[in-house]
Amino acid sequence: MTAVNDRPDTTWHNPLRDKRDKRMPRIAGPCGVVIFGVTGDLARKKLMPAIYDLANRGLLPASFALVGFARRDWEDEDFGQVVYDAVRQHARTPFRQEVWDRLAEGIRFVQGTFDDDTAFTRLAETLDKLDIERGTGGNHAFYLSIPPNAFPVVCEQLRKSGLAKPRDGRWSRVVIEKPFGHDLGSARELNSVVNSVFPEESVFRIDHYLGKETVQNILALRFANALYEPIWNNNYVDHVQITMAEDIGLGGRAGYYDGIGAARDVIQNHLLQLLALTALEEPVSFSPHELQTEKIKILSAVKLAEPLDETTARGQYSAGWQGGEKVVGLLDEEGFAKDSTTETYAAITLEVNTRRWAGVPFYLRTGKRLGRRVTEIALVFKRAPHLPFDATMTEELGQNALVIRVQPDEGITLRFGSKVPGSAMEVRDVNMDFSYGSAFAEDSPEAYERLILDVLLGEPSLFPVNEEVELSWEILDPVLEYWAQHGKPEPYESGTWGPPSADAMLRRTGREWRRP
Amino acid sequence: MIVDLPDTSTNDVNKKITGLREEGGALTLSRVLTLVIAPHTEDLVEDSIEAANFASREHPCRVIVVVPGDRDAAAPRLDAQLRVGHDAGAGEVVVLRLSGELADHSASVVLPFLLPDTPVVAWWPAVAPAVPSEDPLGKLAIRRITDATNGTDPLACIKSRLKAYSPGDTDLAWSRVTYWRALLAAAVDQEPFEPVSSAVVSGLKDEPALDILAGWLASRIDGPVTRAVGELKVELNRPSETVMLSRPQDGITATLSRTGKPAALVPLARREAKECLAEDLRRLDADEIYREALQGIDKVQYV
Repeated sequence: MTAVNDRPDTTWHNPLRDKRDKRMPRIAGPCGVVIFGVTGDLARKKLMPAIYDLANRGLLPASFALVGFARRDWEDEDFGQVVYDAVRQHARTPFRQEVWDRLAEGIRFVQGTFDDDTAFTRLAETLDKLDIERGTGGNHAFYLSIPPNAFPVVCEQLRKSGLAKPRDGRWSRVVIEKPFGHDLGSARELNSVVNSVFPEESVFRIDHYLGKETVQNILALRFANALYEPIWNNNYVDHVQITMAEDIGLGGRAGYYDGIGAARDVIQNHLLQLLALTALEEPVSFSPHELQTEKIKILSAVKLAEPLDETTARGQYSAGWQGGEKVVGLLDEEGFAKDSTTETYAAITLEVNTRRWAGVPFYLRTGKRLGRRVTEIALVFKRAPHLPFDATMTEELGQNALVIRVQPDEGITLRFGSKVPGSAMEVRDVNMDFSYGSAFAEDSPEAYERLILDVLLGEPSLFPVNEEVELSWEILDPVLEYWAQHGKPEPYESGTWGPPSADAMLRRTGREWRRP
Repeated sequence: MIVDLPDTSTNDVNKKITGLREEGGALTLSRVLTLVIAPHTEDLVEDSIEAANFASREHPCRVIVVVPGDRDAAAPRLDAQLRVGHDAGAGEVVVLRLSGELADHSASVVLPFLLPDTPVVAWWPAVAPAVPSEDPLGKLAIRRITDATNGTDPLACIKSRLKAYSPGDTDLAWSRVTYWRALLAAAVDQEPFEPVSSAVVSGLKDEPALDILAGWLASRIDGPVTRAVGELKVELNRPSETVMLSRPQDGITATLSRTGKPAALVPLARREAKECLAEDLRRLDADEIYREALQGIDKVQYV
């Protein structure tokens, strides 16, 4: 290798870049993306459209390549057609022929199975050829959109074929999707497999919630404003509810979901990440390392509230009417055992043992076939210590609340009491709304666009590191063990807000779930 | 919906705006800015409104268009037109035609329509005042957007921006080359990690976007920058390689080539005014890089 190809020393600075140049978008450098599992739903509905959207926004380099790897007997053109269909159907931005043509030139397909050494040799050859033809510069991101049990073999193949090895001045990154294991032990095992091939700084774990604008806005809301941080503690906050509800059922997903359940599927990753961002202390700076430090710190202070039979609840949806449609219960869904004890609803109570949060319960809940699709974080405030009104005047006054609406209708709601117009003094709850849709009318980019771009730029802020994953399992494991040994999930009717035991769980402390 | 209010007063127009909003429900609650457009002739009005409506989908705003009517009319007169809903973007459009002596006092007519506590942006789609920040309308605004491309002598126009510069000024010729700049910067990010020793910018004579692009390069690199008239391209010379970004004049695809590397094609159509405007509304603080680029134009060698 000649001196010219060495890594830039620290004194090298691109004269055309300037921090103050806020107009200039950051375009990824030359690179290729390899997707394993191109026939899956995620690849078709999210990844390929997101790559096109990035290209359409001018954020991909001129030297870009997209390589698909799958068992199908396809030529490059067949795969190109699959990407084309996915883009036409699911892309967020308008279709532009000239953008597509450029993208299509860099599309390749490699046929093979994960245990086939020659397929990976072909993959390496394809990538080498792209480096020459397209100038992708030996930079590769491997997107493992495949079941986790295939991670070890694919990682091993990438190591054997030399693709995982970062060479001078080039990068090699791996992107993995949840689930990151099914308990602490398996998560550690998975991390050690992945880390044995790719160093931790080259591993990008996708939690697509972290790519959402509203989630990133939690930090802006808290730390860019003077208004909220003073009341963001146990002096004012009574409790916090974090909800992720889905209206869909699990038809067709038995293979993935049976035996996994709602807690592993959603609480371990999405909800605990939302909790971490809501509860963390102010990072010294917004550098990836500082933010991770604060997230790890707060997760290590999170403990389950006990006894678990009173502070947790789980359920399983049964037949019912949802939004005008008659739907079957989980046990009648195709592929699920008639006696499946997989929970489709999970709620847990957490304590955050810091000075800021001592005594403030964090309630996390998630479920399928609930009333509607919604994700939100609600901080419910204590009542005013003294109300200088007659009881009749404030009968309708609830607790103040600040709700971060993560999806849909992204925004923030502040709920407070206001005088009802009229001659009598009567106070009733009203909402003050901030909606992304009306203040910044441009569609926010899809979470995957942001995350894929960050992978290509090597910007790790929005990706959980292995320590966060392991801490989250440490928090959740006792609940999973307790549930495995005690009883089974309580049925709840599809289209409702979960099992009665979840309501009882809050009522014990005189609280109620919000209807989101 | 379009409502015409001939021979009216600002008070009546404001009442009508409130009335329309109550009738139509809460259609325009959170607008982030007021955009004042000052076309110097009637025939620029529709195009400007269209561009503003496009930009308002990204930045919901109230759009106020002030246009001179019959300057020679004996009595001062205000004719207004309101557009809401489908005929406006994500906001409302107020068109104000000023006749007689009133035509010289546009700021006083605009003032009652500015949204409380939100930033004001002024945009002159073609002819701009010599010193935008001292213009009565410009004084109301924290961002003043000009467009040298539509001036009578584009090069003289873009050159004159430096003397008139005040923080908050920008020109759409500058936003027109943002993606060119981004692609060039991304190319220089790559090895060899060498300084850029000289640069050439070439293209149409009357394309001020290229003059300011050349000025930007001159302000950033340590070496001569040449502006030529001819095919559309930018060339960056480093000791061991040349980076060239070129495009057919009316093309939509550019070629990025570098010594010893395969040429790459990249979609790069000329940006329309509406896209440039939307970009300019994204940030309202002073654009220091723009100022440095204006200063750089003096260093550019014209051939």
